[in-house]
Amino acid sequence: MRPDARSTALASRERLAWLALLALAVLVLPWYRVAPPGGEPLLPSALGHAAAGRGWLWPVVAALPLLALAGARAPGGRGFLALALAGLAALVVQGFAVGLRGPAAGWVGALFPAAAAGQTGLGWGGFTAGVALLGLVAHGLALRGFCRGDRFAASAVVFIVALLTLFVFFPILRLALAAFVGPDGAIAFGPFLSRFLAPEIWRLDCFSGPRRCGVVINSLVLGLLCATLCTALGLALALVVARTPFRFKQTLRALSILPIITPPFVVGVAIVVLFGRTGLVTVWGAELLDIRPTRWVYGLPGILMAQLLAFTPITFLVLLGTVEAINPTLEEASQTLGAGPVRTFRKITWPLLRPGIAAAFLLAFIESLADFGNPIVLGGGYEVLSTKIFFAVVGARYDLGNAATLAMILLTLTLVAFWLQTRWLGRKSYVTVTGRSDAGLAASLPAGLKGAAWAVVAPFIAFTVAVYAIVLIGGFVHDIGRWDLTPTFAHLRTAFAVEIGAEGLRLYGSAWNSMQTTLAVSAIAAPLTTLVGILTAWLVARQDFAGRRSFEFGTMLSFAIPGTVVGVSYVAAFNVPPIDITGTAAILVICFVFRNMPVGMRAGMAALAQIDRSMEEASQTMGAGSARTLRRVVLPLIKPAVFTALVYSFVTAMTAVSAVIFLVSARHNMATAYIMGRVEAGEYALAITYSTVLMIVMILCIALIQLLVGARRLGRRREFQGQALPAE
Amino acid sequence: MTDDIAIEFTDVTKRYGEALAVDRISLAIAKGEMVTFLGPSGCGKTTSLRLIAGLELPTEGIVRIAGRDVSRHAASERNVGMVFQSYALFPHMSVLDNVAYGPVIRGEPKGVARERARAILDQIGLKGLEARLPSELSGGQQQRVAVARAIVQQPDVLLFDEPLSNVDAKLRRKVRGEIRELQKRFGLTAVYVTHDQEEALAVSDRIVVMRAGRIDQIGTPRDLYERPASAFVADFIGDANLIGGQVQGGRFRAADLDLPMAGPDGAAQISLRPERIGLTPGLGAPAGRVMACTYLGSRWEYEIATGFAELLASRPITEAPIPAGTAVRLDIPETAPIRVT
Ligand SMILES: Nc1ncnc2c1ncn2[C@@H]1O[C@H](COP(=O)(O)OP(=O)(O)O)[C@@H](O)[C@H]1O
Ligand SMILES: [Mg+2]
Repeated sequence: MRPDARSTALASRERLAWLALLALAVLVLPWYRVAPPGGEPLLPSALGHAAAGRGWLWPVVAALPLLALAGARAPGGRGFLALALAGLAALVVQGFAVGLRGPAAGWVGALFPAAAAGQTGLGWGGFTAGVALLGLVAHGLALRGFCRGDRFAASAVVFIVALLTLFVFFPILRLALAAFVGPDGAIAFGPFLSRFLAPEIWRLDCFSGPRRCGVVINSLVLGLLCATLCTALGLALALVVARTPFRFKQTLRALSILPIITPPFVVGVAIVVLFGRTGLVTVWGAELLDIRPTRWVYGLPGILMAQLLAFTPITFLVLLGTVEAINPTLEEASQTLGAGPVRTFRKITWPLLRPGIAAAFLLAFIESLADFGNPIVLGGGYEVLSTKIFFAVVGARYDLGNAATLAMILLTLTLVAFWLQTRWLGRKSYVTVTGRSDAGLAASLPAGLKGAAWAVVAPFIAFTVAVYAIVLIGGFVHDIGRWDLTPTFAHLRTAFAVEIGAEGLRLYGSAWNSMQTTLAVSAIAAPLTTLVGILTAWLVARQDFAGRRSFEFGTMLSFAIPGTVVGVSYVAAFNVPPIDITGTAAILVICFVFRNMPVGMRAGMAALAQIDRSMEEASQTMGAGSARTLRRVVLPLIKPAVFTALVYSFVTAMTAVSAVIFLVSARHNMATAYIMGRVEAGEYALAITYSTVLMIVMILCIALIQLLVGARRLGRRREFQGQALPAE
Repeated sequence: MTDDIAIEFTDVTKRYGEALAVDRISLAIAKGEMVTFLGPSGCGKTTSLRLIAGLELPTEGIVRIAGRDVSRHAASERNVGMVFQSYALFPHMSVLDNVAYGPVIRGEPKGVARERARAILDQIGLKGLEARLPSELSGGQQQRVAVARAIVQQPDVLLFDEPLSNVDAKLRRKVRGEIRELQKRFGLTAVYVTHDQEEALAVSDRIVVMRAGRIDQIGTPRDLYERPASAFVADFIGDANLIGGQVQGGRFRAADLDLPMAGPDGAAQISLRPERIGLTPGLGAPAGRVMACTYLGSRWEYEIATGFAELLASRPITEAPIPAGTAVRLDIPETAPIRVT
């Protein structure tokens, strides 16, 4: 068969498969997850429910025969695509037209009396119908020339856009709406205004007296202080590493990944153990200097310390990149022209560093605003946006409207910082220098600056060592909080006791449940995150389709949304029909996939930029469609990016807290949520033990992923790539 | 349309946004023919080739391969073989797997596909290298693997995009000879892209000279060299002296130059190849003066000042050199000047 004939045959087979899936979805599968009250149908499917009086389901059911007909006649025609889109619209409309308690609008109730009983969230039938209709939309689009007729690429675009809309933008929209919902349930401007202007948000009292400031002011003060200090510290570290004969450079670089694999809360706990009222340092200080031990560490100082530890590695890496990118010959030139080291630093090095410093500053600012784990342990009475949002939803006074308002403020702040950052990075190229020059030695620092850098770096390193020493030993001594260092495995036993009995292995420890969930959820989320991320990268880098720029922008934007905001937005969006999935494990997986996907995407884009496109084109001329080219040519070549994405998404899923804390349930508890419970109960040793075990598990899992993905032949590939010239 | 047309372009246009890469070109390539797209960088050669491959789809116009309209068919739905400038060998596959990739993709069992790949590799002189990775081959060997991979499926057309640009200058002559020999041996239709006129003259049955997205002239190498239709072609293929003047009553005149020339009266331009200009020291019309005489090993090259143009002349090394400053008479055979547009 000729290649084009085969391709046409394949297309009609694919269309039939999508139609079969749609048939399964509307005729057979249960439409609802839990059957709604009233109107017992013969079949639990959409057809059954429609026949039993839920007439608003008829349009979705009708889409099936209409699409089958149009597909048989002219699948490439406008009618087919319009029908597929109409089917999708019918699915969305039916979901929102009738809510849990009844019709959303009067006319809906008048049209369908059965709507008064309301409807529950979608089940397998509903979701499968969505998938099938999206597939048919993509099919119709491709046949009309979208993505140059590439059906695989068209499907990938359609599905990723649909998923991002559903799981990133729709929740944010719902959240924004929730900020306007008054106590009577109606949407109005008044409730929003009174929430937004509440004094506990904007109060400035802390500058003029002993009273506390508003929560936004608190967050901003913390964010700015944290960003300033982290940037200064990161710069000092980068200068020491790059510009002095410092012997432990590699060690420092390696250690900078520590915060990524450090579970939340544990640093906070270590700080409490050191500086709390009965903390080691506090007590020593009290004895030595005869001052009364206080709870000074709770509040701004404690949070700041913890954030410094957590985010300095990020600023360090950014600034190290900047420092190393400065071409030493520029500095040499300055010196040969007669400038001394101080002048050279001021006139040459510093201006070249400035964009990197701005980027690092904004990055640390965003991280600080989004941080949830440290403020909740160390905040005391110092409320910041992320913790206040949490307590508005989880605390005794459930107030979604207030949480939504605060979340929108937080989102706005981070988006502004994100926008500023992309602007700075965008303009960076005018100073950054092309590549690194092998010739020339970097100017060493002026003596004064060197001393200053060391004065900053040394205490920081000592502090880090102290904190991680606490983490290391804390789990295996009797009571680290009271400084009772008798070695013991008691905490480990409490958390992870096992017994091999008659019925086989039994897991007694209190932590097993959350550990298993965490591992399972992370193990499911990591490959999915990687898949979506890499696929998105491939679409953006290699496919040409209408709307590609906005597509890329949308995916990147989803990265800028703080975890806490994602968490409440999911609460606002997915706790009610049509998509009622809170309390499931699926929502945890979904949350991770869409939060971490941009990292996979960035890794993928960077890797794809290194690969000569003509290899993919060669594969196409030999008859491979884009899906097969992706699998057989592209993926093997970007394995390192796949590895990075897998590891990152796995580790982040294991240690994330800000979003999942809203989504865990008694049945599906996560390790970080469990640890938070232990910290709140003051069981520090248990929290530390669990964190240590988590870190060990993560390191083992990373090794396992490395083994599975493999690094075979990668070395040779690099050599070969050097020879390949880009096409003209 | 006859059966022996392999590729046919009808008013094919390719636009990238506002920019026109290929501007309404039409041409037909016969089966078994080797045609070269020649032109300066950016003139649309690669785009034309990619339009044949299906790596680009035309904005307007029709592309036919073997008589079938493939204008909307993707590369994977056509049957073409392509040798890329960078070879584009898959670095993670052995030589054998690279060549067997196409047959496997098109649905042949792995064993059969490998047998076919092995046979082609034998014919192309790469026996014994099957298990190597592309990175373990020399540049010339890589190029041959790329060719083997492109012809293993008996494509309707074999496409080359500047295949010699990564080959050593010394080896180019040999490799281009091999490509030509292979194309003849397998009876393949081939389209070859280059910006090097000597390469084009050496390998082609016919040459398509392109300029700014349009076809300037199509012809055999000899046609193009001896009867260029335009000043552009005359200048691009070999060296040419372009002289402006007037045609009247069957004669071309410019200053003291007076040559027989057919065609309509009026302003005209002629092209004169340097090696067709004879030089005799002494006075006479048309007159010239040697400004420079350069020894080039294989010939003498002269710059001659005349009343109508600065001329470039080239004489065999066996002739005695004429020193700069000497007055000369030009001997121009009647068949030498070609009227161009
Ligand atoms: N993908 C593209 N996007 C925009 N312009 C392109 C693209 N490919 C080629 N062009 C433009 O089309 C013209 C022809 O390009 P090309 O066919 O590659 O020239 P050649 O191979 O003759 O050097 C050039 O001006 C080039 O800049
Ligand atoms: Mg080219």
